Amino acid sequence: MKAFTYERATSTAQAAVRAASVPGAKFIAGGTNLLDLMKIEIEAPAHLIDVNGLDLAKIEPTPDGGLRIGALVRNTDLAADAGVRRDYPVLARALLAGASPQLRNRATTAGNLLQRTRCPYFYDPDQACNKREPGSGCAALAGWRRMHAIVGTSDACIAAHPSDMAVAMRVLDAEVETMRADGSTRRIALADLHRLPGATPHLETTLDAGELITAVVLPSPPGGTHVYRKVRDRASYAFALVSVALVRQPDGSGRVALGGIAPKPWRDEDAERALASDPHAVVDGLLKDARTSPDNAFKITLARRTLDAAIADARSAR
Amino acid sequence: MKFDTPATKNPIDRLAVVGHPVDRIDGPLKTTGTARYAYEHHDAVARPAYGYVLGAGIAKGSIHSMDLAAAKAAPGVLAIVTADNAGPLGKGDKNTATLLGGPTIEHYHQAIALVVAETFEQARWAARRIRVDYGPVDGTFDLARAKESASKPASGKPDTAVGDFGNAFAAAPVQLDATYTTPDQSHAMMEPHASTALWDGDTLVIWTSNQMVAWGVADVAKTLGIPKEKVHLMSPFIGGGFGGKLFVRADAVLAALGARAAKRPVKVALPRPLMFNNTTHRPATIQRIRIGATREGRITAIAHESWSGDLPGGKPETAVDQTRLLYAGANRMTAMRLAVLDLAEANAMRAPGEAPGMMALEIAIDEMAEKLGIDPVQFRIANDTQVDPEHPERPFSKRRLVDCLAIGAEKFGWKARNPHPAGTRDGRWLVGFGVAAAFRNNLVTRSGARVRLGKDGVVTVETDMTDIGTGSYTIIAQTAAEMMGVPLHRVVVRLGDSDYPVSSGSGGQWGGNSSTAGVYAACTKLREAVATKLGLPPDADFADGRVRAGSRDVAVADAARNGELVAEDHMEYGDLDKRYQQSTFGAHFVEVRVDAATGETRVKRMLAVCAAGRILNPKTARSQVIGAMTMGVGAALSEHLVVDRYAGFFVNHDLAGYEVPVHADIPHLDVVFLDETDPMSSPMKAKGVAELGICGVAAAIANAIHHATGVRVRDYPVTLDKLIDRLPLLAREEES
Repeated sequence: MKAFTYERATSTAQAAVRAASVPGAKFIAGGTNLLDLMKIEIEAPAHLIDVNGLDLAKIEPTPDGGLRIGALVRNTDLAADAGVRRDYPVLARALLAGASPQLRNRATTAGNLLQRTRCPYFYDPDQACNKREPGSGCAALAGWRRMHAIVGTSDACIAAHPSDMAVAMRVLDAEVETMRADGSTRRIALADLHRLPGATPHLETTLDAGELITAVVLPSPPGGTHVYRKVRDRASYAFALVSVALVRQPDGSGRVALGGIAPKPWRDEDAERALASDPHAVVDGLLKDARTSPDNAFKITLARRTLDAAIADARSAR
Repeated sequence: MKFDTPATKNPIDRLAVVGHPVDRIDGPLKTTGTARYAYEHHDAVARPAYGYVLGAGIAKGSIHSMDLAAAKAAPGVLAIVTADNAGPLGKGDKNTATLLGGPTIEHYHQAIALVVAETFEQARWAARRIRVDYGPVDGTFDLARAKESASKPASGKPDTAVGDFGNAFAAAPVQLDATYTTPDQSHAMMEPHASTALWDGDTLVIWTSNQMVAWGVADVAKTLGIPKEKVHLMSPFIGGGFGGKLFVRADAVLAALGARAAKRPVKVALPRPLMFNNTTHRPATIQRIRIGATREGRITAIAHESWSGDLPGGKPETAVDQTRLLYAGANRMTAMRLAVLDLAEANAMRAPGEAPGMMALEIAIDEMAEKLGIDPVQFRIANDTQVDPEHPERPFSKRRLVDCLAIGAEKFGWKARNPHPAGTRDGRWLVGFGVAAAFRNNLVTRSGARVRLGKDGVVTVETDMTDIGTGSYTIIAQTAAEMMGVPLHRVVVRLGDSDYPVSSGSGGQWGGNSSTAGVYAACTKLREAVATKLGLPPDADFADGRVRAGSRDVAVADAARNGELVAEDHMEYGDLDKRYQQSTFGAHFVEVRVDAATGETRVKRMLAVCAAGRILNPKTARSQVIGAMTMGVGAALSEHLVVDRYAGFFVNHDLAGYEVPVHADIPHLDVVFLDETDPMSSPMKAKGVAELGICGVAAAIANAIHHATGVRVRDYPVTLDKLIDRLPLLAREEES
């Protein structure tokens, strides 16, 4: 681990200013991903700005009937929130499908969105990785790809985004609220937060330097029946091979986002119009540009069947 | 003491202490965190420095140069050990690759340097500042590709043949010819390989996490080029081994070299991501099994061939062993072939040979039963043998496989099984039952102990036996208590120290029976000493803390009133294991549920019925069996060291990527031990049980998945991608 300096942020504005002005600075909240990466020098911040003391841990209603989730709300608390469980159950279920109770107790809402890929080549400093070391190549391309993305990838990177929560946030049309170093705030649709790798897989989000996520805002509840179906090799503590977040209305229409198959939560609002009439067409639309290898081609069939299962769950839950 | 005639009645048969499900006596130490493991001897070692191992970043080739300048200049660095400056090193008898590589690199993450620093963080930081210029060369990493180049192993018994397999198989009216694969697997024990070393003059004092203390002493001495007498090795507590700690590994050798270089005690633990490629693993196998049978279900021909790979000079995975013994059949052949692979060293993991061998054989038996239209339990029963089928003059010492199957079937409710695969559904779940035999050979080996009777009447046992979480402390205490007629709490057990008599160590499920037999021998000698001291005849009775003969009734402690009595002996073995085939038997029954949509398999319930001689402690034995069953679930469903065939290493080298079962994967596990004794095995009349528990589990699960889905998967692990294209179509429910 590289030696670093440390400070506790006293205000959101100050945190953003410091992050933009101190070279090599990074925010730390739960640290469940950052600290692991720092130990093996995949992350090597010169300075850590601890935001845990900021007043960003509240869950509160918004004037238009939605929910504003503070960036520091722990995954456990978010999953247990009565309003979330009542109005956005897909989110609670996605959270509980991720990690372990100990990690969820620590991990925060914003940190979950910003966690980095679990590609094993990214984690092994002896292997080429464009995300870890731009321009070094991608060892995964010729290697083991079972856990990797099949859409949204590039010749530079095929890493998948590991979050379950983000998939549910995407299907709920979440937006993130941020503060920048100049004191300005903005909202970014979750769909626009994560970048696709293209030729620059080390650039993972559209956040500016020093820009701090302060909250995630959910619009008013979408109604319908919510399902989060995560498919994995063991029953707990494993990343998704495929996951499906589904909000299904009584007429069969609804929204679908997929996890485990792309560098970001994967949703296509045009494709999902076919949900009521032909669910497989939704998956076909989502995966139309899929680039698979022999060890991950099964994800296409699995995504279809998982959506079928999610729809069946939604029907029987009604 | 020599055990060369079948055991008759002896003091153990009293079963006042032995055979009872007593709690493990070291439990409180472990639950309170006061059992000291190899990395934790802060009491004995002041101010240890920390060593961090750098592993090679290529699979095969050489190091052109290493630039240590930046690392040496890093804060806190005390020394850097490399092959260049370590001085001449030997190679342990039990090691295939050298433990400190360079300039030649034999496998990925082979240790090439140890950085010693004041703190762990400083050592880790400096290790990453070492610049290595490699000269990589192409290697062979893919067993399937190397299969054709495999050759007959130089040692062991690679081939056996009886009768005329070829003609008998060709003539058999019902035939099976199928090929199965098992993947590379990792022990993935909780405690990593770890050592703390210091030099006391020219004597190396080392605490290391090792299952075999005497092997460890020998190989540390050989590697360092010092006399064995100059190595004091201790391994009192071990956080799991599963065969991965049978041998001295890089942590021990490098801690010793680091301590010498830094002139300070040094402790080294392998970082988790290094363990999978730096240490040993269970190698992948390709297994072809052919079975011919009459239409009535009598096996007439059986053949099992296995291919595995290892570094040059390595050994094969003996995956055909059980097929030589498990089922009858007049015409038979087995063969093992070994390819050279440039992956990390292949070696023993829990039930080496039988564990992967049974994964294949017991699917083949299930397939054959299906072809014959015979219930798989009945098919196994019909082909039981009471003699070694390759050497019919050798009977089994005890063989109750049929009882295990029949009792298990009854208890499990096997008769409710739908005879048709893919025929039972419960909502979203496809339901399947599976069965497999369990089989693992029983090994016994020489084991010694020293026993002391103190003035206070406390009996102290000293032996270099290890407890790798198995319960050795407890069953040894039970044995000494039984033999000396004292209560369990009057026995102290000291293990894992090379100053103590050499024991069997822990491996091959030989440790429980062998080490307690050694304690039996030492206690027999101590009883004689006590009787002599008290002027009692040698057949005096030891019970209730008293020694009784005729009208005399004396406290056992009286014998030590004028000074401690000490006795030392070992148990060694004659040829009973040559005259009688000694094996352990069982049956595994499993119910699985396979998600009809996704192919996810979840185990619903499991039962193991075991016949493994006298069970010395039903509680610790049950723990061993349920642990083994859990490991079998991993082998069936998820455990797979994935080879990067291009770069030549195991890619998923951490516990996130190498998926062992978690609690949510494991249902209630039921274990039944048949009440039996095996007088051919030892005076304890016990046998091994810890590895029996894993043998057959994965096949029972694979067979249950087939029963649930109708899909036969012959390549482990049985992950959903191997099922998904062949699962039944989902019913399209009408919109209601």
